[in-house]
Formats: sequence, C-alpha cells, structure tokens
Amino acid sequence: MDLQLNKKQKNNSLAMTLLKGRTFIVLVVLLVFFSFATPNFLSANTMLLLAKHVALYGILAIGMTYVIITGGIDLSVGAIVGLGGMIAGGMIQNGVTIQSLGVTLYFDVPLVVFFTILFGAFVGWLNGIIITKFGVAPFIATLGTMYIARGFAMLHSNGATYSNIIGNEALGNTGFSFFGSRIIGIPVGAIILVIIAVLAGILLKRTTFGWHIFAIGGNERAARLSGVKVDKVKILVYIFSGVCAAIVGIITASQLEAAHPASGETWEMNAIAAAVLGGTSMMGGIGTIGGTIVGAFVIGVISDGMVMCGVSEFWQMIIKGLVIILAVIVDQFQRNMEAKIALQARNEAKKDDGQKKAEG
Amino acid sequence: MAEVVEKRKSDSEICFHAEKITKIYPGTKALDEVSFDVYKGKVNVLIGENGAGKSTLMKVIAGIEQESSGQMYMGDKQVTFKNVTEARQHGIGIIHQELSLFPNLNVYQNIFMAKERTKHKVGLDNEEHIRLTKRILDKLEHPIDPCTIVGDLRVGQQQMIEIARNLIQDDLKILIMDEPTSSLSEQEVQVLFKIMRELKAEGISIIYISHRLEEILQIGDYVTILRDGKLVAASAVQDIDLSWIVKKMVGKGKAYPARTQKINWTEREKVLVVKDLCLPKKGGGYLLNHVSFELKKGEILGIYGLMGAGRTELFECIMGLRPEHTGDILLHGKKLLIHTVSEQIQRGFAMVPEDRQREGLIQTMDIGRNISLSSLKNYAKGIFIRDKEEEAAVDANIRDIHIKVADKRLPILSLSGGNQQKVVIGKGLLTKPKILLLDEPSRGIDIGAKTEVFEIINRYADEGLSIIVISSELEEIESIADRIIVLSNGLKTAELEKSEITEDKLVMASYKGHNMSKKAS
Repeated sequence: MDLQLNKKQKNNSLAMTLLKGRTFIVLVVLLVFFSFATPNFLSANTMLLLAKHVALYGILAIGMTYVIITGGIDLSVGAIVGLGGMIAGGMIQNGVTIQSLGVTLYFDVPLVVFFTILFGAFVGWLNGIIITKFGVAPFIATLGTMYIARGFAMLHSNGATYSNIIGNEALGNTGFSFFGSRIIGIPVGAIILVIIAVLAGILLKRTTFGWHIFAIGGNERAARLSGVKVDKVKILVYIFSGVCAAIVGIITASQLEAAHPASGETWEMNAIAAAVLGGTSMMGGIGTIGGTIVGAFVIGVISDGMVMCGVSEFWQMIIKGLVIILAVIVDQFQRNMEAKIALQARNEAKKDDGQKKAEG
Repeated sequence: MAEVVEKRKSDSEICFHAEKITKIYPGTKALDEVSFDVYKGKVNVLIGENGAGKSTLMKVIAGIEQESSGQMYMGDKQVTFKNVTEARQHGIGIIHQELSLFPNLNVYQNIFMAKERTKHKVGLDNEEHIRLTKRILDKLEHPIDPCTIVGDLRVGQQQMIEIARNLIQDDLKILIMDEPTSSLSEQEVQVLFKIMRELKAEGISIIYISHRLEEILQIGDYVTILRDGKLVAASAVQDIDLSWIVKKMVGKGKAYPARTQKINWTEREKVLVVKDLCLPKKGGGYLLNHVSFELKKGEILGIYGLMGAGRTELFECIMGLRPEHTGDILLHGKKLLIHTVSEQIQRGFAMVPEDRQREGLIQTMDIGRNISLSSLKNYAKGIFIRDKEEEAAVDANIRDIHIKVADKRLPILSLSGGNQQKVVIGKGLLTKPKILLLDEPSRGIDIGAKTEVFEIINRYADEGLSIIVISSELEEIESIADRIIVLSNGLKTAELEKSEITEDKLVMASYKGHNMSKKAS
C-alpha cells in the first residue's frame, strides 16, 4: 500500500515536472523539427534573425505578463508601438515647433528616446487611472486608449510614413539607427529584451512590488485588507506596460529607419499569446517572466520556421491559433492536477495527525 | 474506535434508509460505512464537526456525488441516483450551505430556473410564473414581489427563495437543509423553524444540518452524529440533552480556555478610544449609530450582536475601509485621520476578516507568502526582499501559533480550514500590531482548532496585545472576553464586565436596538 502510494507520488511528480516545463519542451521539439525540415534553420544567422523578431513582441509580452498577473489586460500596447514610433520619427524628422516663439527644436537621440518612453508611461498611467479611479474594466479602458493612440498616430502625419529617419549631421540628431543595428553581431533589440527580461524577472520575484502584483491577481480584496496599495501597484503596472510598448516602438522605427502609423497593429495579441503560452493565468495571480520569454520564442520559431518552410501566412495563423488553444487546455489540466495533489497533501496531513493523536 | 449506536425503536415510519454508505475521495475516506435513517414527517438532524462527513452524505443522498459502496432505499425499493435530476424525481430536494441563487435574476426566474413553464412549448409563461411564485411565497409568509432582483434581497429572504424553489415541485418528499441558519438573524431563524414545522405537518421529511447545537433541541426529532466519516450515535431528541451531543461529537468533554486572571482594568492604560462613531446607511438611517467604547492594554473586548447589527462595519471603520464614517477614533489619546488600510496597519492595527476565502487568503500564493504579505516591508531593503529574514519570520510565526504545515511553500489550499484561519491570524500578528481585530475567528473551523485559536488569543492578550473579538456564539464569547459590548441595529445596547455577563443579558441586549428604533419612529 505504502509502496504503491510512493510510486503514484513519483509518477505524479514526474508528470508535474513535464507539465511545468512543457513550453520549453515544445520549443526544443519545434527547433529540432525545423532544423530537419529546413537545412539552414539551425544556423547562427537564422537564430539571430529570430532573436531580432522575438525581441519586439517579447518586450511587449513582459509588460503584458505584469498586467495579466494583476488580473487585467492591456490592449493598447500595439497602438502605443505605432504612436511611439511616430513620435520618435517625427521628432527627428521635423523637430518640435513652438509656434509662439517661432522656433523648431531638434533633440538629440537620447532625448528623443527619453521623451518617447515618457509618452508611453503617460498612456500607461492614463490606463491605470481610468481602471483604478473610475472603475472601468481593463478590457474596455485599454480598448479605448488603443483607438485613441492609433488615431493620434494617424493624425501625427495624416497617415503618411516618416521614411528614412536617420537624422541630420548638422542638427546633431543622428544615430537613431542604433536600436536596429547589431553589437558584435547581436541585434540591439535582443540585447534590450534580455536586459528588460532580467530586470522584470528580478522585480517580480524579489521585491515587495512584485509580490504585491501576485497578491492583487490572486485575491484583490484580501490584498487590500492586507495593506497592499492596490491602486498604486496597478497604475505602476500599466505604466510599465506602456513603457515596454514605447521601447518597442523605438526599436521597430529604428530597425526600419521609418515610422509607419499602422505599425504594431495586432501586436497586443501576440504579446497576450506569448504570456499565455508561458503559463500566465488569465485569471491572474500566476505567471513568470521566464515562461513568457519561452512563450515568445515558441511563437517566433513557429512563424520564422514556417516562413522558411514556405508555409503560407494563412496557414501560419491557423497553426498559431491551434497552439494557443492547446497550451491553455494543457494549462487547465495542470491546474486540476495541482489542486488534486494539494487536496491529497491535506488529507494525508490529516491522517498523520490522526495517527499521532491515536499514538499519543 | 468503538461504534456506539443507540437506536430507539419508534413507531414513526422510515421513508428513506441509507445502508453502509462509503465514499472514497482520492486519498481519503470521507464516509466509512455510514447508515442513516430518515423518518417521515420529522426533522432528522445531522451533526458533527467540520470534515465529519455530513455534507458528503447529503451530497450522496441528493445525487450530487455517487457513493463508492453501499445502498439506499426509499421505502422498500432500492434506489440509485446518478445525478441531481434523478434524486429530484424521487422527491429529494437540497438547499445548499452556500446559497445557489442567481443574484442577477429576479425572484420568479430563480424559482423556475430549469423548470420553466411554457406556452405552446416555446414562449415563457411569465404570468403563470408570477402567479405560482406569489402563491408559494404567501404560503411561506414572505410576500416578496416576484419581480424583485434576488441580489437586492436580504440573506434571510434569499433563503426563503431557496426553500420556495424546492417547494414549487409538488412531489417533494425529503428536503435537505445544509446549515440554513448560519447567516440568518434570530427572528429569521424562528420564521424558518415555523415553516419547517408546517412542512413536517404536510408529511415532508427534513434532513437538517447545523452547527448550532441549541437549535437541535428546539427543532429536531431525531439526531444522528458523525465523527471522522463514521457514524457515532443516533437517537430520538427527546431522550438526550446537549451535553450528550457535545460528548459524542468531540469524543471527550472540551471547553474553551476561559479568561480567569484578576486584573484591575481601571488602572490599565487606554489604548483605543472610539467616540460617537456613526456610519450612515444607504437610503437613510445608520449602520452604526453613535457608538462609543474604549479598549485597554492587554484586554479582550467581545462584541456580540446579530447579523447586520453593525459589528463588521465597526471594524471596517477602524481599518480605514469606510472613510465616510464620522466620530473620533483615538489611539493612545491621539485622534486619527483614517484614510487607507495600509496606513492603519502601519499604525498598529490588524484585522482578521470574517470571510476567510474571500477576504483573508490569496489562494494562488503559497502558505509562507500568505503569512508575510502584510509585513513584507519589514523584510525589505529598499524594494528588495531579504529572503532569509522573510523566511525566518514566517518560520517563527508558524512555530509560534502552531500552524500544521509540512512545507511552507505548499499552496495555501492544502491546509485544513483551521490551519488556514491560523495563517490569516498569523499574517495579522506578524505586523506586530498593538490592536488586533478578529471578526468571527472561529467561523467554519472545528472545535479542536477553535480551542487552539482561542489559546493564541489568550496568550497574546496576556503579553499585552489589545484584542477585539466579534462572535455570534454565546458560549464562546462569554469565556474568551474580559468585557462585552452588545450591538443591536447599529446601537450599543449593553456593556458588561466579566462578572456581569450572562447569556440572558447578551441575548436581550441584542434585540433591544430594534425596539428602540421602532419607538423612535
């Protein structure tokens, strides 16, 4: 009886380890599969290109993971990417004209980046205020700001693209293409992804702020009663998501050396998909940055790999959809299993207790 | 364990019999060969501590869960229920512990949900719904407008809707009521009992689960006691008394640790003074009506009162959840301006809320993090948490109040109710409070865990912590409190020193507020 129980437990824990590492396993399987399907898939060059693509929605997904762990959602990030790119591009191309003084100011690149990020933070702050102070559901609030931000992106240039944003030597604002370039062969975007991922991971795991994010997503009322400043934490989380989006806006504009008002459209969906693939619970309270990054790479490998295999874009969409649904089904399965194991532990503790009492 | 089964031969007819029912959940035996009789037209009471298997047995009888082994008979015929519908077809209805109504729908929609009457098999016949609803509610002496949204009703009224829902099918033979009185006021309980007697008179058998022992003698005809999934005893109520029940339930005589030390409270320092606290009610009147009291260092102040008397609201005012309150709250003689919960926690207040699952625990976090959540700042340098300090504090806390955990990184839901409650109390204690507010700390935990919780409270009070305890259980509050104030309808109707406390006085005072407001109006 005891032996059987142990064996069962062992099986359980093995299954749990496999379940928990499932996204990573899927990633490895995909890599192996595509390396056989297309001979030059596993080359350094392809991998770097993959990293460059993944960096974009990977960064978005990190901000999104924070938001989803609090139990919210941020649909505005794609639009912030577009508007952020337009603001950065506009500042370099046309400068900022102050009409009352009749002057046009041109900022150097670090300042342009700073202002763009500040703008992303502002939209995030707006999201946070609308959600916490006015009690609007996150889905609706960020749907609204999504349309507003996209509208402003179009207005910014009347729908036109700022092309060739490389700055002017004479104005001292060159060097914007840095974010699309490579350092010792590695795309700058990927480096930024790593930096943000590490910072966000530490912030989430090792700070009071991070723990409070989990607490809010787990049970908002209990968190409030425990002294967690719920509104403040939520606003900060949406600001973080906005900042991540603005950074992605800068990187995209820099990679293309152009800013298009429609860029970033539907990227919020990729970010959500990456977070969910990585094990973030849409109910809130559960999620990791590591998981999200792996999730982002899974999506990246699927799209890049299929492109190299010559699969049509339409089929890519279908397969991506299937993978996401499958991931959530497995996720549910894992939750059920965890709950069962917890119940078992509870009952065993009770039994042990009973035995001790009987002996004592 | 020797099974003591005392059965009394009776003339009454047994309409339902369960024979040696066993229910096994993965890893545990919730029911172990339990036999159970239901007498026709009687109130058959089922009691036992939490986890004794009462609810499981009821779920089996109502077809919600299926037995692992054993048989059930209705009359002479063997029956099996694969689901609720099949049980319902045999005339068995159940009222759940947690109300299972649709708060967003109106009264008649709730009553006829999934048993809708239709015109020409398609359109809903709402006139018929309304007519039948009115009839049934009149019979229950609760003439509620059938078009009221259920979420707007009081809990007691909602309970009536639950009963009406079961009565609407006319073939009801057995009605299972799982702790129906746990959220009712005393008046509502009496109305419920009256209805139960009427149902009895109509030949409907009632299976009644309750934690309130005094109710059993009042309403019960037969009593069955379960312990650890086993049948311990069964008897006719007329042959037994309360102490017999308690003895069978716990296995041995148990009492709460009483506060006995002689302290001259008049010389003690006043920690908290509340003056003229008022909290306006939506739509006029007061939830709290000029309540004043004080709390001394190391004192346990009990607050007794019925549901809705304003007890929880009082805590909410003190904790900063009700910034709209008026009146003064003074800590160590200094008037406080209260805005937020986190501010109050910093000042040395801690609260253990009434509803553990909804307000106390973060279900997605592990045991350790639930404990340290309120006091995280104390273990952080800048924004970073120093894990070692946090873990040491949590470990010390677990040892201090004897939380039974195998590993503090396990999910919080792996603990039993009593240990979950200790986690919530531990979270409060870890903030090193000066004043601890406990709202029904013994709700939903078994007698063993209750005793332990009260030992913790006692010990901390001896160490100088000032504590306010809300409780609805007379016996409990009598033994634990140094002084009791009674709230009734938002008014403070009594303040009793330890020596003056009697159950009569407490109960009398708990109704006084209603009369006073009636006279005033």
